[in-house]
Amino acid sequence: MTTIPISWYLAVAAVLFTIGTVTVFVKRNAIVMLLGIELMLNAANLTLVTFSSYFRELAGQIMVFFVMVVAAAEAAVGLAIVVLLFRHRETLNVDEAQLLKL
Amino acid sequence: MERALFLIFALTAIVAAFNVVLRRHPLQSALALLVVLGALTGLYILLGAYFLAVIQVVIYAGAILVLFLFVIMLLNLRAEEARLERRPLLRWLAIPFAALLGVEIISLVRLFEENPIPSGTSVGVTESIGRELFTTYLLPFELTSILILIALLGAVVLARREGR
Repeated sequence: MTTIPISWYLAVAAVLFTIGTVTVFVKRNAIVMLLGIELMLNAANLTLVTFSSYFRELAGQIMVFFVMVVAAAEAAVGLAIVVLLFRHRETLNVDEAQLLKL
Repeated sequence: MERALFLIFALTAIVAAFNVVLRRHPLQSALALLVVLGALTGLYILLGAYFLAVIQVVIYAGAILVLFLFVIMLLNLRAEEARLERRPLLRWLAIPFAALLGVEIISLVRLFEENPIPSGTSVGVTESIGRELFTTYLLPFELTSILILIALLGAVVLARREGR
């Protein structure tokens, strides 16, 4: 029975997190930036589950549960803001929504 | 067998994640993220976190991503595509910095090399998670419901049409 080294899972999580970060920084579309944030949250979740399974400790998986709840709340509010932005500005480009910028 | 499954799920997740960032249309990005979530479900099952695997499908794929797809289709962004100007400088700067970040994280990951996951672990079954959630973590769990309620109210207040 072959077992999988813990570093393999962590490497996958690292790659996913990096891609999520790139998505947030490169894309100018507000919805796709939110998708990148979801990707980063999922990478963090994978790390938590990996360590939870490695140490045989449930706390990590409980944490993932709470992360999912917060992600749901964040998506609901974030998408409401996106809809509002589109209604007022007719655009989703975050570079055009800079009224608060000094 | 286990390794083959791991490689399949991991490669699927990474390829789909690249699709999230490379695709032009937000709808395609969202569907690629759906594939990432599915692959992560497979990884959770390999790690023995069965409850989280189900929750991942139900909450992430079933609720959050459908919400994204709903908003994308609602806003009908086809005309929007051309107006999103490209900023090539930022894009070319992004690649080396992303590589740097990836190398940094992976060099941290190497600290845990050669530590196999103990196989046959099943700490993540529904019974143990439920017991833990309703005893040790009861207060955070109840606070979660308030958080969800606030998010619900916030979304309704934001999306309401002002001044009838």
